[in-house]
Parts: sequence; C-alpha cells; structure tokens
Amino acid sequence: MSGQSTLVTLALRFAVLSLFAVGGANAAIPEMHRLAVDLMGWMSDQQFSETYALAQLAPGPNVIVVTLIGYQAAGLAGAAVATLAMVGPTCLLAYGFGRIWDRFKGARWRIAIQNGMVPLSLGLFAAGAYTITRAADHTPIAFLLTATAAGVAFATRLNPLWVFLVAGAVGLAGWV
Amino acid sequence: MSDTASAADPARPTPTLLQLFIAFASTAVVGFGGVLPWTYRMLVEKRRWLTATEFNELFSLAQFLPGPNTVNLSVVFGARLRGAVGAVVALVGLLGPPVTVILIVAVLYVQYGHVAALHRVLLGISAAAAGLMIATSMKMAQPLLWPLRPHVLVALAGFIAVGLLRWPLPWVLLALAPVSVALAWWWESR
Repeated sequence: MSGQSTLVTLALRFAVLSLFAVGGANAAIPEMHRLAVDLMGWMSDQQFSETYALAQLAPGPNVIVVTLIGYQAAGLAGAAVATLAMVGPTCLLAYGFGRIWDRFKGARWRIAIQNGMVPLSLGLFAAGAYTITRAADHTPIAFLLTATAAGVAFATRLNPLWVFLVAGAVGLAGWV
Repeated sequence: MSDTASAADPARPTPTLLQLFIAFASTAVVGFGGVLPWTYRMLVEKRRWLTATEFNELFSLAQFLPGPNTVNLSVVFGARLRGAVGAVVALVGLLGPPVTVILIVAVLYVQYGHVAALHRVLLGISAAAAGLMIATSMKMAQPLLWPLRPHVLVALAGFIAVGLLRWPLPWVLLALAPVSVALAWWWESR
C-alpha cells in the first residue's frame, strides 16, 4: 500500500473512532487492534501490546497510543495525521456542547444519556483489557504477572510505575 | 454559582493563556497511567480555578462526549475561560509535551527494535499493563454489580461483541447505545 493511502486510511478510521470512543481512548483499544493488526497488518500482535505498554509508560493522556500506532504505520506524517484525526472531531463536539451543556442540567434526556454511557464504557473498557491480555500473555508467568498487577492496582493506590518497574525486571530476567 | 460565572468571579481572576498552557502542560508531563486525577488536583486543589462541584459538572460533559475524556475537558475548560483560543491553548498544553515524548519513544523503539532485551522488558510491562486495565474495569463494574442493575447486561453485550467476537465498534455502538439509554431512562423513571 502506498504511503498516501495509508495516511488516508489513518485519517478516516481514527476520525470515525474519535466519535465512537465512548469512555475514552482505552475503550477504543479493541477497534485499534482490529485496524492495526487484523485489517491493515501494520504490526504484529506482540508489537501492538508493546505499543500499548510504551504509551502507558509515557506520561500524558492515554490517547497518545494513537500517535505511536500512526508512527509505525506511516512515520512522522502518520503520527500527526492519526493524532489529529483522533482528537479533532471530538474537540469540535466538545467546543460546541461546552456552550450549551449547563442549560440542560437536570434534563431527563441528559441524565438518561449520561447514565446510559456508563455500562457501554465498562463493556468497551473490559473488551480493551481482554484484547491487551490476549495480545500480551502467552506464558503462565505472563498471566501470573497480569493477575498480580490487576490485584495490586485494584486493592492499593500504588503508583503504576512501580508495577511496571517490577514487571519490566521480571521480563528482562527472561521469565516471561 | 454556575460554571460559566466562575470566570467572571472577581475573587478568582481569569487565568492568562500562558497560565492555562503551563497548567495543562505540567499536568500532562506528570500524569502517568492517565491524567485525570492530576487534572483534578491542578484545577481544583492547586490553582482553585474550579470548585469540586464545578469540576464534576465539567467532567460529566467530558464523559458524555465520545473521545478522550481529558482532551474534551481541556477544550471545554479552555473555551470557557478564553474562547476558541483558550481551547486550543489548553489542548496544545495537554497534548504537546506527551506527544513529543512519545515520538522520541517511537523513534527509539523502531531504531532499537532488534535488541532482544528491549522486547523481554516490554513483554513483562505489557502483561502488567493488561492487569492495570483489568483492575480499572473491575473498579468501573463495582457500582453496577452491588446492588445488581440490569445495566450490567449492556456492558456484557458490549464486551462480548467487541472483545470476544471482535465486531466493529461503530456498528456495535449504534445498536447498543439506544438500548442502553432507553434502559437508563426506564430505570430512572420506575
């Protein structure tokens, strides 16, 4: 595929995704995986989970995973196009809604939509967790790491960087 | 006090564009594993630009909209203080530094892709990252499970369709969102 058409694909797919990412960027992980690994073959399963891990290691909003996917698909231009496409449409919506939002405080439809988004976010977020787990875990030790990290993060307020540090060391030792 | 009035409150002078940029940029560079808690700390506790209630109201809008929540929040907040320019400045502050960092990471990742040790480390970290995502899902599920609400069925359907069956997200949402909103409407009006 030519570079030009990769850029068009990135722009269109992420612009659409921007409007359907209910619950934020992590909820869109399954769709990004479907696009980057299954449909376009920009990266392998392992590269996708590594890409996600790198985005988590870096500071900033979760959406920067899109920048990383764009870079691997089409270099710097791909990174720019994917990032702008992912934030552009939703930012315009936010700008528009921001002006009228307070007017509908307490409106039934607003409450219904807000409450209706909660289970959708959960379902998509859990699907994202499943997608990353499937892509990342291929050995019993990997599953054990995932389960331990989940337990620690659920039960404590430990900074995730500590979890990553330990997991990275376990990985470096060659146990995963 | 309404959210829109907060900018006009004499006790709280409107931040300048530079202050807006620095505030979001400084939040972005310390925000590991999601920036939202840091944004709250910056806007409400440190700079006192918003009260907790105002923040919650603003965040409810950011969640209501599709797309990255903190990105939406920065746009709405920036626009309220300084119009369209404020929205762009807050957004660039939030995304500029992290995107620069991640691009450096991207170049290094592609450059050193042949180093086996790098992949061993990332194998461990991605397994842990999956665990963190599971933990967040568990925390999100709690309020729907105790007490048990029918909304859980919507979450389950979304998980199966997108996660297990790998159906395209837009189609699944177009089908499931109306069901979910109708259910929420009915649940509130029982």
